[in-house]
Amino acid sequence: MTDEKVIEVKDLVKKFGSFIANDHLSFNVHRGEIFGFLGANGAGKTTAIRILSGLSKPSSGEVKVAGYDIYRHAEQVKRHIGYMCQKFSLYEDLTVAENIMLYGGIYGMPGKEIKNKTGTLLESLDFTGYRKRIIGDLPLGIRQKLAFAVAIFHKPDIVFLDEPTGGVDPITRRQFWEMIYKAADDGITIFVTTHYMDEAEYCDRVSIMSEGKIIDIDSPAQLKKKYGSPSIQDVFVKIARPANNK
Amino acid sequence: MRTILYLIRKEFIQIFRSKFLSKAVFGVPIVQMVILVPAFTLEIKNIEVCVVDRDMSAESRQLISKLQGSDFFILKHTTFSDNEADAMLHNNQCDLVLHIPENFGRKIIKEGGEKVMVLANAINASSAQLAWNYMRGVIQDYNSDLLIENLQYKPPSRFLIINTSSRFWYNPTLNYKYYMLPGILVILVTAIGLLLAGLNVVREKETGTLEQLNVTPIKKHQFIIAKLVPFLLIGLVDLAFGLVLGKILFNIPFNGSLALLFLFSSFYLIAVLGLALFLSTMSSTQPQYLFLVFFVVMIFVMMSGIFTPTESMPRWAQQFNTINPAAYFMRVIRMIMLKGSGLNDVLPDIKGIILIGIGTISLAIWRYRKTV
Repeated sequence: MTDEKVIEVKDLVKKFGSFIANDHLSFNVHRGEIFGFLGANGAGKTTAIRILSGLSKPSSGEVKVAGYDIYRHAEQVKRHIGYMCQKFSLYEDLTVAENIMLYGGIYGMPGKEIKNKTGTLLESLDFTGYRKRIIGDLPLGIRQKLAFAVAIFHKPDIVFLDEPTGGVDPITRRQFWEMIYKAADDGITIFVTTHYMDEAEYCDRVSIMSEGKIIDIDSPAQLKKKYGSPSIQDVFVKIARPANNK
Repeated sequence: MRTILYLIRKEFIQIFRSKFLSKAVFGVPIVQMVILVPAFTLEIKNIEVCVVDRDMSAESRQLISKLQGSDFFILKHTTFSDNEADAMLHNNQCDLVLHIPENFGRKIIKEGGEKVMVLANAINASSAQLAWNYMRGVIQDYNSDLLIENLQYKPPSRFLIINTSSRFWYNPTLNYKYYMLPGILVILVTAIGLLLAGLNVVREKETGTLEQLNVTPIKKHQFIIAKLVPFLLIGLVDLAFGLVLGKILFNIPFNGSLALLFLFSSFYLIAVLGLALFLSTMSSTQPQYLFLVFFVVMIFVMMSGIFTPTESMPRWAQQFNTINPAAYFMRVIRMIMLKGSGLNDVLPDIKGIILIGIGTISLAIWRYRKTV
């Protein structure tokens, strides 16, 4: 992790009619950081992640991702990010290799490089046997890992993961987080939303959102100390819950 | 450019991997050709006639034998009773009744003329009209025979007869299949274009892969072209397949230039595919899209002049047809196939379809958003 900021958000507001989904969010994310974006259902996490990845336009505020202004250079931003959402996003009727080839091609990687990297990637995941298998025939855990591998295949600066481990068994979740760590080691910034509080403990820093606002941002250790709680789960319940019951 | 190739490659893999689609692409034309082409016909053969011959003279028999000699008529029954004939018409046992009155033969010779009566079952107005026309032809034919016989007694210079001899150009035998087959091809190409391409995009919306594509740096025009090219090719292949089937099954004539037809079809498909992509931006589920396209196809095809000439439609309908791509294709494919029209003949239509294509593609690009 370095001090270089790859995501800069200042007073980000997103309104849908009279409903305020993101209420003056301000935060920075550093290069190589694993940034956890926590919040109850409907807190506005997905809205924020969609704005950061250029899928949605903010109502107001300043947003810079990978050094590009999200208003003016949304397409430049897209060149430098990876994205994996809750809804499963590999082509189910294509094989593993065909999916990788497609996304590599879209990001302008040369065919030869795609082929070579596909080999090393599958080997590192121990998935060599799946190369020619249709995605739809593979178990969810394997698909999620592949989706993540594809999302960072083009070496993005930042990868956005929106609840990447939903519905996945604990062992696969552990392996998934090992992949995340490895990607972070390679210099990829990880921006991840999750409902699993044990996963939050793995993050360098977490922000906790409630009702469109960021309640607090800090490292898991600092947050636990600040709120006198033994776990992030406890912190979350303490600070996110009152807002929910308002 | 490379991005487009990767995307097109992906579309083809998906299409050929789909068990249903890869079969439907060739199955649909076969079924349409085999069922629709022979079924849609306005040709009338075997018109069943009941004759009430009250005269039983040489002249009446001559008229009846003329009737029997025609390909169109079958003499179902001969009777003296009006009631019996009416009952037959009423019970659908015959299509026409021909009444020959008493003294028919005598009056023709002595008084120079007599009338016969024809009753037609007009539940189906157009077939009744045709049957009546054929019958009139037979009677006129008989009439001129009489005239010629009588002329022998009079100096010919005093009688000037205008003889009309007619030939049906472009479809001399009035084979209705020749008229319908191009029409069915229009339906085929339109359906392929509108359904396959649109459903494909909406399906990507449903599965979430479209969102994934939208966070990539892929450009709008790359996306549109990648969705267009595969279905353009499939449409053209299906058109070729349909033409081959038409030749094999119905020996359909092809008088014009194949290249011209395929050139026009390409423009047509681009226009239709643009519309499909535009409509797909308006629907979020496949059933919604199907519902939408059902009406669009029905209106386009029915208005295009597949059954009835567009020239006899009301003025507003003809104006509507200037923006109906199917109307252009319907006209042009028949012109090229049956009439052998060349580039100059269809140039106005080519210009028209290109304009429509620019319109639909622009709509599609305008409506397709990479943001939600």
